[in-house]
Amino acid sequence: MQFPVLSIIVFAPFVAAVIMLLMKPEAKNEIRVTALSAAVFDLVLSGWVYYQVYMHPSLEYQFVEKYEWLPVLGISLNFGVDGMSAPLVLLTGIVMFTGVLISWGIDDRPREFFAFLFLLAGGVFGVFVSLDLFMLFFFYEIAVFPMYLLIAIWGWKVTREYAAMKLTLYLFLGSVFSLVGALAMVFVNYQNTGVITFDMLALEKAGFSQAFQYIWFLPTFMGFAILGGIFPFHNWSPDGHVAAPTAVSMFHAGVLMKLGAFAALRVGIMLLPEGAKQWAWLIFGLAMVNVVYGAFIAMIQQDMKYVIGFSSVSHMGLVALGFATLTREGILGAGLQMFSHGVMTALFFAAVGMVYDRAHTRQIPELGGMIKPLPWVGIGFIIGSLVSMGMPGFSGFVAEFPIFMGVWQVSGLAAILASLSIVITAAYVLLVVRRAFFGEMPKQFEHHITPITPLDKVAIVTLCACMVLLGLFPGLMAPMVSTGVENILRLLGGA
Amino acid sequence: MSLNLLAILPEIFILVIGILVLILDPFWKDESRRINLGWLTAGGLTAVLILSLLLDRPSEPVLAWGGMVRFDWLAFVFKMFIIFASAITALFFMDVEQLGKRAEAYLLLLAATIGMCLMVSSADLVMLFLAIETTSIPMYVLAGFMLDDKKSTEAGFKYLLFGALTSGIFLYGLSLVYGFSGTTQLENMRSYFTSLNPISVGVLFLLVVGLGFKISLAPFHFWAPDTYEGAPTPVAGILSTASKAAGLAVLIRLFITAFPQVDANWQLILAVLATLSMTIGNLVALAQKNLKRLLAYSSIAHAGYALVGVVAGNELGIKAVVYYLIAYVLTNLAAFGIIAAFGRVTGSDEIRAYDGMSRRAPYLALAMLVAFLSLSGMPPFGGFIGKVLVFAAAVEAGWYWLVIVGIINSVVGVYYYLTVMKYVYLYRMEGENEEAHPIPVTRPYAIAIVVLTIGIILTGTIFAPWFGLSTDAALSLFF
Repeated sequence: MQFPVLSIIVFAPFVAAVIMLLMKPEAKNEIRVTALSAAVFDLVLSGWVYYQVYMHPSLEYQFVEKYEWLPVLGISLNFGVDGMSAPLVLLTGIVMFTGVLISWGIDDRPREFFAFLFLLAGGVFGVFVSLDLFMLFFFYEIAVFPMYLLIAIWGWKVTREYAAMKLTLYLFLGSVFSLVGALAMVFVNYQNTGVITFDMLALEKAGFSQAFQYIWFLPTFMGFAILGGIFPFHNWSPDGHVAAPTAVSMFHAGVLMKLGAFAALRVGIMLLPEGAKQWAWLIFGLAMVNVVYGAFIAMIQQDMKYVIGFSSVSHMGLVALGFATLTREGILGAGLQMFSHGVMTALFFAAVGMVYDRAHTRQIPELGGMIKPLPWVGIGFIIGSLVSMGMPGFSGFVAEFPIFMGVWQVSGLAAILASLSIVITAAYVLLVVRRAFFGEMPKQFEHHITPITPLDKVAIVTLCACMVLLGLFPGLMAPMVSTGVENILRLLGGA
Repeated sequence: MSLNLLAILPEIFILVIGILVLILDPFWKDESRRINLGWLTAGGLTAVLILSLLLDRPSEPVLAWGGMVRFDWLAFVFKMFIIFASAITALFFMDVEQLGKRAEAYLLLLAATIGMCLMVSSADLVMLFLAIETTSIPMYVLAGFMLDDKKSTEAGFKYLLFGALTSGIFLYGLSLVYGFSGTTQLENMRSYFTSLNPISVGVLFLLVVGLGFKISLAPFHFWAPDTYEGAPTPVAGILSTASKAAGLAVLIRLFITAFPQVDANWQLILAVLATLSMTIGNLVALAQKNLKRLLAYSSIAHAGYALVGVVAGNELGIKAVVYYLIAYVLTNLAAFGIIAAFGRVTGSDEIRAYDGMSRRAPYLALAMLVAFLSLSGMPPFGGFIGKVLVFAAAVEAGWYWLVIVGIINSVVGVYYYLTVMKYVYLYRMEGENEEAHPIPVTRPYAIAIVVLTIGIILTGTIFAPWFGLSTDAALSLFF
C-alpha cells in the first residue's frame, strides 16, 4: 500500500488544531510556531502531490485511498486528486502558509484563532480531494462554520456580526439544497441499480434520466455556486471579505470561493451532465452578469476591501462562465483561473490588510503615497493588479485567454461584452494603485507607517512568485488541468 | 439465567442501587454525603451499563413476563442510553446546592430511570401505561424540587397538571384500543387496525396527544419552556433527553408494531406535527433571552426533526431516528450540563450573562461550542450525521416537502445557536476584566462534560458502530 499522502494533508490541520487547543493560552509564540510548522508541513506535502501529478499526467485519479467508513450506506473515506483538483490543493497549501505568516501579529486569543483557521483549512483540503459525496458534504460544512467564528470574533468591528451571520446563513442554506440534490441522486441510483453508494465515480456512471437531471441540476449546482459567489447570491461575499480579518479574507476569497465553484463542477456538472447542458444558458447568463456587474460595482467603491471583494465577484464570474461554455477551452481556463485568482486575491487582501493595520483606514480618498513607507506592499499590489487585468506574462492572462476562447465559441457578442470587464478592471485597480500607493501622502501618516515584518515579505514574495511563474511558464499547470478537463468532457459526451 | 430475568436485568440492578441509596444515606454526614451519594449513583449506573453490555445483549426478539415486555435490540439500545444519561445527570446533581445532598433526589432519578427503561421495552398497553407513570411522577417531583424557588415550584406544578391531563387522554386512547381490538398486546393489534376508519383515526389522535406531550411536540409543548426554565438545570437536562428519547421509542414501537397498515394516515398526521414542531420551536426560540428557555424551544424543534424519520416510516427512517436520538441525547445533555456548571457560579441563565465566557472559562466555552454546533447540525459532530440520515430517509420515502421544511428550519436553527456563541466568544463583560472572574468547573462536571464532548465527536466522525446499533434497534421492529 502506498503512503497515504492525501489523508495526511487533510487530517494534519485537524490534529494541529487539537494540539493548539490543548496548549496554554499564554504560550502565544509556541502556538504560532506550531501553526507555522503545520502549515509548512501541509504546503510541502501538497507541493509534492502537485509535482507527482505534474510528472505523471493521467486521466485517472491519483493517490487514491479508500477506506470503508459506513459500508451499509456505501459511504467511504475516498480520496484522490486529478488535474483539476491538484492545483487547488496546492493553492490551499500556499494560502494556508501565507495566511499564518500574515496573522503572526494577532494577539487576541491566537490559540483559538489558529485552531479555527486550521479547522477551516482541513475542511477545504477535504473537499478538494474527496471522491465520496457524503464526505464532500462533511468537509464542506466543516469549512463553513469556522468562518462564522473567525469573522465574528476577529473581524472588523463595524460590520462583523452582520456579515458573519449573513455569510453563514447563505452558505448553509445553499449547501443543504445541494445536499438534498445529492441524496436524491444516491437514492434514485439505489432504486435503479439496487446498490447504495455515495462514491462519485460510481454515480458518474449512473446515467440519470433526462427529467431527473433537469429537475435536480439547478438546486445542486446553485447551492454550491452560492459559495462561488454567483449572481444573484453573491451578496454575502463582499460583506464577508470586508468584515473578515486579513488571513480569513485571504482564505475566503482565495480558497473558499473556489470550493464553491469546484463543488459545483464536481457534483453539479460532472454528476448531472445532461442537466448542465440544459441549464448552461442560465448559468452562462448569470455568470455574464457577475463578470460585468461585479466590475462596475467595484469601480465605484471607496473602501479598498470592497473593491477587491467585488472584483472577486467579477473574476469568479469568469470561472462560472468558463464552466457554462462546456467547451474544452472554457473549462481549462476556469480551472486555471481558480488557481490564479486564488493567489491574486490572497495577495490583494494581504496587501490591503498590511496597509489597514498601519493607516487604520481603507478609504481610498484618505490614503496616498503608501509606496514610500511600504515598498514591498506597493509592488505586491501592483503585480496583483497586473494579474487582475489579465496582462500577458502573468497568470491572469494565461487563465482568462482560454475562457474568452471558450466564450467566443458559444457567442461572439458575449465574448465582447465580457471582455468589457477587463477594461473596467484595469480602470479600477489602477485607480486604487494611483490613489492609495502614489500621490501625496496625507500629513497624519508621516512617520506613523511602520515597515512590514520579514514574515510579511516572505508571504508577499511567495504569492507574487506563483503568479509570475505561472504567467511565464503556463506549461507548469495547463497540461495538468487539461487532463482534468478531459474527464469532464468525457462525461459531457465529448462535446 | 432465565429469559425473564435477563429482560429486566438492568432494572433490577437499578433498584438495588436505589435501595443502597436509601440504606446508606443516614450513615453519611454533610459533605461526605454529597460526594458519596453522587458517586454511588453515578458509579452504580455506570456499573449497570457495563454489566448489561457484557451479560445482557439480546439475540432474537422475544416476549418476556407473559408478554409484558419485549426483550429486543430497540429496548436494549435505548436502555443503555437512558442509563448513561442518568449516570451523567447524577454527576450533574452533585454540585447543585439543593439537590446534591438530598438522597431523595437520587432516589427519584433512579425511579424515573427504571420507568424509562420499562417504557422502551414494554409490549403491552398496561405495562406501557404503568411505565409512563413510573417515569412521570418522580419527574414531577424533581422539577419542583427547589421548594424555596417559586419558579421551580411553578415548573413542577405545571408539569404535573399538563402531565395528568395528557395521561388521562392517553389512557382513554388505550382503553379504546383495548375496547375495539380486544387485546392489550401490541403485536396482536395489527390485525384489527388495518384500514382507515373514523375509529382508528380517533384512537391514533388520542395516543398522539399523550405521547406528543412526553416528547414535547408542538402543539402539546406548552409545558416545556416553563418547566425547563424553572426546574433545576440537570433535571431539565434529563427531561429533554432521556425522557424524550424514551417517549419517541414508545412512539416508534407503537406505530410500527400496532398500526403498521394505516401508514398513509398516521404518516400524514405525524408529518403535520413534525412541521409544526420544527417551525414553532425554531421561530419562538429566536426571541428567547433565557438560555434554558431557548434550549426548551430548540428541543421542541428537535423532536420535530426526529419525527421526520418516523414519518418516512422505512427502515432507514427508523435507523435514522435512533441515530438522531443517540446524538441528540449526548448533545443536549452536554448543553444542559454546561449551563448548570455556568449557572451555579454566576447564578444566571440569561443569555446576556454569557458575555465574555470564552475568556472566563475557555474549555467550557469550547465544549459549549461543540454542543451548540452539534445541535445546529454541523460536522464533525453527531448532530450532523443524525440530521443527514433523517433527511436521507425522508428523501428515500419521497417526502420532499417535509425535507424542504426541515432544511429551512435548520437554517433558522443555525442562526440562534450561533447568536448564543456570539455572546460567549465575542462580547465582553462589563469592565472587560474577565480574567478576574474565572468559572471554576468542579470535578464531576468536568468528567461528565469531557465524556459527553468526546461522545459528540465520536458520533460525528466514526459513525459505523453507532449506525450498527441503530440498525440492530430498527431491525428488531421489522420482523
